Parts: sequence; C-alpha cells; structure tokens
Amino acid sequence: METSTVFVALFIFAVVVLVFAPIMTWVERKQSALMQDRIGANRASIGGIKALGLIHPLADVIKMITKEDTMPTGAHRFIHLVSPFIAVTPAMISFAVIPYGGTYDLWGAHVSLVVADLDYGVLYLFAIGSIATYGSMLAGWAGNNNFGMLGSIRVSAQMISYEVALGVTVIGLFMIFGTLRLTDMGVLQEQTFRVFGFMEYLGWVEPGTRWIDWITLPMWGIVLQPLPFFMFMTAMMAENKRAPFDTPEGESEIVAGYFIEYSGMKFGLYMMGEWIEVVVISALLAAMFLGGWTLPWLPEQDIIAFLVPKFGANIANLLAMVLAVSVFMGKVVALIFFQMLVRWSMPRFRYDQVMNLGWKILLPLSLANIALTAVGILVVKGVTGR
Amino acid sequence: MGDISPFQFQLVAALIFMIGVVGVLTRRNVIVMFMCIELMLNAANLSLVAFSREVGDDQGQIFAFMVMVVAAVEVAVGLAIIISLVRNRDTVNIEDASQMKW
Amino acid sequence: MRFALFWIFSVAALGGSIGVVANVRNPINSALNLVVTMLALAGLYVLLEAQFVGLIQVMVYAGAIVVLFLFVIMLLNLRGSGTTGAEVQPLVKIAGTAVVAISSFFLLRVLSTGRAPWPDVDPSYGTTRAIGEALYTDYVLAVQVAGVLLAGILAAVVLAKKRLD
Repeated sequence: METSTVFVALFIFAVVVLVFAPIMTWVERKQSALMQDRIGANRASIGGIKALGLIHPLADVIKMITKEDTMPTGAHRFIHLVSPFIAVTPAMISFAVIPYGGTYDLWGAHVSLVVADLDYGVLYLFAIGSIATYGSMLAGWAGNNNFGMLGSIRVSAQMISYEVALGVTVIGLFMIFGTLRLTDMGVLQEQTFRVFGFMEYLGWVEPGTRWIDWITLPMWGIVLQPLPFFMFMTAMMAENKRAPFDTPEGESEIVAGYFIEYSGMKFGLYMMGEWIEVVVISALLAAMFLGGWTLPWLPEQDIIAFLVPKFGANIANLLAMVLAVSVFMGKVVALIFFQMLVRWSMPRFRYDQVMNLGWKILLPLSLANIALTAVGILVVKGVTGR
Repeated sequence: MGDISPFQFQLVAALIFMIGVVGVLTRRNVIVMFMCIELMLNAANLSLVAFSREVGDDQGQIFAFMVMVVAAVEVAVGLAIIISLVRNRDTVNIEDASQMKW
Repeated sequence: MRFALFWIFSVAALGGSIGVVANVRNPINSALNLVVTMLALAGLYVLLEAQFVGLIQVMVYAGAIVVLFLFVIMLLNLRGSGTTGAEVQPLVKIAGTAVVAISSFFLLRVLSTGRAPWPDVDPSYGTTRAIGEALYTDYVLAVQVAGVLLAGILAAVVLAKKRLD
C-alpha cells in the first residue's frame, strides 16, 4: 500500500473517530440545550476549568469504562459480546470511500484524499449499510429479554424497509452523473449550467444573450435532484435509527428497546456507532448532493492556477488541499447541525407511521423520480447533445 | 490467479451444494431446511460465476444475478408460507406437517 | 495474496455451511453461520472479478434475505413454539457428507480437462457498467419478466396476514 493511502486512512480515522465521536456528544447536549433555552451539561471540570462543557465527553468515557459489564442470565454470550462491534464497524469503514478532496501533486507524490477510490463506491456503502442491521437486531435478541426482542423486531423491519427506499432514491442521481465513484461525482459537480438556457433553445431569446450566460448554477446534486436530497436524508436518518425514527430505541415505550441489556462501554459503542453514522450521513450527502469538496462557482483548477504564480506549485496544491478539506468539513458540520435540529424538534413517529413513510410514500416517490429523471435526461440530451 | 485452478472453485461450489442437500434431507426444522435451500442456490451461483470468469464472458454473472432476484422473492414467499404453517400447526417440526390435513 | 484469500474465503464458506446444517440447538446459530457463508461467497465473487455480483450478494443475501430469516425466527419464537424435535443422528449426516464429498472430488477431477484457465479479460469485466449495459440491452426481456416477480410481495403479504375470523 502506498504511504499516502495509509496517511489518508490514519487522518480519517483520527479525525472522525477520535475527534468527531466525543464532540458529537457535546454537540448533542449543547445544541439541544440551546434549542430548549437552557444551559446544558456544564458541571464537569478539570481543576476548575469548565471549557464550555467539553470535558463532559471525557467524563462520559471514564464513567462508561468503569461501569460493570453485565451479562444477563440465559443470554447468548458470544452474540451479546460481538453485537456492539457489528454495529460500530460498518459506520467506521464507510469512510473508506468518502473523498475529502480531489487529487493533488505534492512534492512529487500524487495524493488523492480518499482511502479507496472504488469504481462502485456508493454500492459499497449500501452493502455495508445492510450489514449494519445485524448489530442492532442481534443485540435485542441476545439479551434474553422480551423488550429487547420487541426492539429487535422493530429495528430489523425498519432498517430493511428503508434500505429499499435508500437505494432507489439515488438512482436518479446516478443516471445523471453516470458514475458510482464518489470522486468522479465531486469533479462532475464542479460544472455549471445556465439556468435559463432553455429559453435560448425554445427560440424565445437570441443566442448569445449576455444575461442568460451570466445566470448559472453549479451542477450540484441538490440542484439537479432536489426531492431525492430530502428523501435520501430521510431514509438515511431512518437507517440510523435516530431523529424521529427511534422507535426501536423508544425510550418511553419499551424502556431502551434493543439496548436494554447493555451497560458500560458496550452501550457506549452503540452510541458511538450512531454518532459516527450521523457523520457518515452528512459526509455522503455533502459528497453526492452538495458538491463535495468544491466551492460553488470556483473550479479547483482555477484556484490552483491562480495560486501557482504566487506560491509555487507545491504550496499552491497544499493550500488547495487544505481549502478542499475545510470546505468539505464545513458542509459536513452544517449537515450535522441540521440533523441535530431535526432530532430535537420532532416527536417520535409511531411504528406504523414509520413503515407507512418507508413503503407507501418514499418508494413510490422515488420510483416516480426515476421516471421523471429519465425523461429529463432524454429531453436535455436531445436538445443539447450533452 | 495463476495458482488457483478453476477446479478448486467448482469443488467448493459442489461441496457447499452437497452440504445443503444433506441439510435439507436430514434437518427437521422448517426454517433451517429453507436455509439449506438457500445454500444450494448460492453454491450454484458460485459455480456460475466461476465458469463465467473461466470463459471470459459475463453471461454467467447475469445468470447469477437473475438467480439472486428469484431467490429473494422466493425467500419472501417461502417465509410467508412458513409463518402461516407454523401459526396453524404450532410447531416448526416438519414431521408434524407431513399430512395434508391434521 | 489471492491464493491466501481464496483459501480463507473457501474455508469460511465451507465452515459456515457446515455450521448451518450442524447447529441443532438454536436456529439463530444456523442463520448466523449462513451470514458468514454469504459474506465468504461474496469475497470469492470479488476474487473472481465479479464485483457487481459480489456487492449485490452482500446487499441482497447477507443484508436482506438472512435478516428476513432472523426476523421470522424471532417472530415465531415469541409465540413459544420453537422446538426442533428429534433430528437425524449426526453420524448419518457426517457419513453421507463424506461419501458425496469424496465422490464429487473424483468426479470433478476427471471432468476438469486441461483447458488453459483464466483468460485475460478487459478491465470492464464484471463492473457495474458492463453488467448494466448487458442487462438493459441484451437481456432486457429477462429484466422485465423478473419485474413480474414483484407480485410475490403481494403473495407474501396475503399469506402472512393473520386471519381475523
């Protein structure tokens, strides 16, 4: 393996798991507190320094590690031990295909900011997502508890229902971009198109009119497919069993659902898996729908060409790389904020409402979207030949 | 792929198929019998994909894909049948369901 | 490297399938062994450069079909009926397996001629694009006929409904 791949993998692991997972607990507490007009958790301190409550994740970890690790009687020992890992691993290895930036030439090394640039990148994410079902489903059964079993049944039904909607929703996007590779999607979203170009083809205005050429939009996924953006986000949030979809974890109905026999660090692993999945959702949405690591009207080649005369090729590439990663992280953070907003604003769905949404609303809408996208592509191809 | 011969892939497929056959013939739990049927389907898929690679044509993969599609629906319908069977007879032992009427 | 991977995946697949058959106590153990088998087979597919089929194997088989199995096992266990009853003697199973294994080994040995194995295939073999193109141009009739299978969803819903009378 090249050293750059190892470096990128370590960077992603360090940033995502070691930084995001504890920060997410803090974000959850503080954002919910802000939204509910209270202060939030602010008691943990080291030597009197409270640091806005950032010590709390450390306190959480210490608490979870030192808690007793219970194993209920009559439980299936091996599955009880292994389920938290089955739940966390798919979330972590999803980061292997998500690009944090394009490719840059730094001091002779051709660095591409993605761990595995697979030809079928998004399919890999769906496959990994279907494995994640087992972590939650086996957890409830392994505890030999009726509430846990109820939670397992609910969670397996919910997750496999929304996997269908998940896959079908983004087919329209694949049809337009013509690729499953996330890096290619990021590059393709740099292009812009003229919003009112159809007027020219319909003959309403003269070709070469200035103002038509000026109003352009980047070919982001959300511009080309606005409805699938929201459908995909809904389906992924339902897969993650978060936000209004946490019926399996229904805290007021079935105690803790499928978590019920877990304490200490195993429970911590489940929570960590959920939060890492939130980051995965945000990263996927940013990469596929929001243009990835690029800024809206500034193609990366222009930025590098602008910087090269000032700083030299290597530093220009380095600066462009830093800019790309920051832009991507900014989008991810914005989407995480949005997901937290949804989670703390909406009451939990009822179980039959969840199934209704998945099968009777999302699936027909996404199928209709495929048909409409196909018609749209044919029309645009016939007119412009693109 | 120089040192793995096609024979080895076919042997693995044949062994899995045969384990599935033994499972269907000897197990008494309805659901486990169904799982062994899925094993047999998968073994056939492996054989198809291995031959497809050996010939160099991807028709075998398309065949395997179609087999997967059919297997998915078959599992859904089969499990529905099993659910209604178990609900009516209140047992998952296939020997108790060996007659048309109880 | 491929050699080692082939052996790892084959042993995992065979071990998993033996586990499906040999687990007498709990059907959930059989289902989990089935998952291991499916994942190992997906690994073998990717070794055979059938990437799309391998991923679909994980997505459909390991990710949905076995989940359905587990779902039904859990659903039925809730009603208290989960007895397996008397199973056939393990010795019979092992003897039958051994007989068929040895005979199939020799049969395949005889049948596999000295063909030149593993022709070179172009890099687009087994990619999503190649299979998609073939599916929707040469085999579009098969795809349409497979679409009729969606009626199976109706069948499953009707069959599994609780009778309210």
